Amino acid sequence: MDEPAFRRIARFVSPVDRGFAAVVYGGSALFAVLIVGLFIELVLGSWPSLRAFGPSFIWKSAWDPVASKFGALPMIYGTVVTSFIAILLASFVGIMAAVFLADFAPRWIAAPLSFLIELLAAVPSVVYGLWGLFVLAPLVRTTIGPVLQHLLGWTPLFAGPIYGVGLLTAGIILALMIVPTVTAISRDVIAAIPRDLREASMALGSTKWETATRVVLPAARVGIFGACVLGLGRALGETIAVTMVIGNRPEISASLFAPSYTLASVIANEFTEATSAVYISALIELGLILFVVSIVVNAVARLMIWSVRGSRA
Amino acid sequence: MIGTARLRRRRVSASAGAALTLLCALLAAGALLVILGYVVVQGIGAVNWAFLTQLPRPVGMTGGGVGNGILGTIIIIAIAAAMAIPLGLLTGIYLALFGRGTIPEALRFLSDVLSGVPSIAIGLFAYTVLVAPLKHFSAFSASFAFMMLMLPLLVRTSEQAIRSVPQTVREGALALGMSNFRATMRVVLPTARPAIITALLLAIARVTGETAPLLFTAFGSQFWETNPGRPMAVLALQVFNYAISPYANWQAQAWGGALLLIVAVLILSLGARYMLSQASRRLES
Repeated sequence: MDEPAFRRIARFVSPVDRGFAAVVYGGSALFAVLIVGLFIELVLGSWPSLRAFGPSFIWKSAWDPVASKFGALPMIYGTVVTSFIAILLASFVGIMAAVFLADFAPRWIAAPLSFLIELLAAVPSVVYGLWGLFVLAPLVRTTIGPVLQHLLGWTPLFAGPIYGVGLLTAGIILALMIVPTVTAISRDVIAAIPRDLREASMALGSTKWETATRVVLPAARVGIFGACVLGLGRALGETIAVTMVIGNRPEISASLFAPSYTLASVIANEFTEATSAVYISALIELGLILFVVSIVVNAVARLMIWSVRGSRA
Repeated sequence: MIGTARLRRRRVSASAGAALTLLCALLAAGALLVILGYVVVQGIGAVNWAFLTQLPRPVGMTGGGVGNGILGTIIIIAIAAAMAIPLGLLTGIYLALFGRGTIPEALRFLSDVLSGVPSIAIGLFAYTVLVAPLKHFSAFSASFAFMMLMLPLLVRTSEQAIRSVPQTVREGALALGMSNFRATMRVVLPTARPAIITALLLAIARVTGETAPLLFTAFGSQFWETNPGRPMAVLALQVFNYAISPYANWQAQAWGGALLLIVAVLILSLGARYMLSQASRRLES
């Protein structure tokens, strides 16, 4: 678009247009104020807790509201572990599904399948939680857990009692929730890889599979990594579904079968029951941590996706 | 001979690889069908006229419904949309018309940031500005949180939709002596309308099932509450509370409520898809 000409036309001179421009500026300014206000309010809300506990809030592991002792480490641990399980499970399935949709499937299969996978992203979090609580958690308790324990029970990761709810169950639910994100963005990134590369590879005698894994995926890897990081960002902040299946216990244990807590789920679970000012403030500080981490993760992901796909994610 | 064996191995691995990608795609799509299947099978029994129109009953009494939650969901989303649409459109118009430079880029970045912020953090924001100072929960604070959740999508889509209206259309309107205001309202926005409605439907679909920020904003209610200044029942919140309750009757109602949520979200998503096809058709012609 020819910007200077566009500017000239868009110059707002008549009184009506001046008023219109003022309203447009005002609306945009309000939007900016809201977002900046979000950050400021979270900082102000966390202030009593920031002052009382300082930076040690992040690495203290006691979460004892009765004694007014608050440390975020168990929640940070739970958040990291569940998100890691989710991205481990979702990235492989999501990337392979994306390869299928972009390079292998004929159009008449790719279109409806893409639509189904995108609908998966539209299913409300609380519905995943409901399904996780009544279907997946019992399945983990009776089948998935015991099988894993039988095979891998010698590692601390799969030792100990299996409750059904816990880190593993939450990780699996999160994986289901972020597969659509990973798939959809990876598919777009893969589709943006120039056709010439594929044709050159095929002309050298590669099979379609060799082209996909040795030419297309390496060319798209930064963008695909970005898609996974974006999925990770979703997993970190996901609240309701995790709250329903993680068991809600502020403890750090090596076993993936153990109940735990995440940053988001402790806020969801305890906020309305928080009685003292410092308790509420500590919960808001957990929200602030979540906010900052999600911004960093999203910024990194978007930069990666842009670098391959060349437009805004 | 070695050559053919190698070729055969490569062919087998190519087929196996293709099958693997197909399997993963089916796995992802199959997850949707499994979850949908469970919700329909478990939920259909709970859904009837009374479920849709009655108030919840206390523990121990069977029957009752989520009528107030459905009403509350509609009220809260309507207020949120009434705030988000003008704000989103104005910001979209600003970004489309004054698109380059530091300030618009900063605004785009902020909008992208907002789209990645977890909904629970936005709920905390609504709590600190609208609940804590007034010392009581309110439906309006939930609408405020929903507005924040809807804005990034509306801003980005309206910017892109307005940009995609051909410059010649705009110039034509200005050449006829229209002011920029009239040209935008009468010519540019109507052309961009299907795309903007698509975004609105998707934004509504996103907040329809949103639960986390409601916990400490709308809070929930046992009554037919219509005053946005007071705590209000919301369907998604009822599903959550019923699901984690120990009562079989409530758990059954949670499945029923989940079915309603899924149906609403599916209708909105399909509607958005239809509007999108309209939008691309309009731009082609």
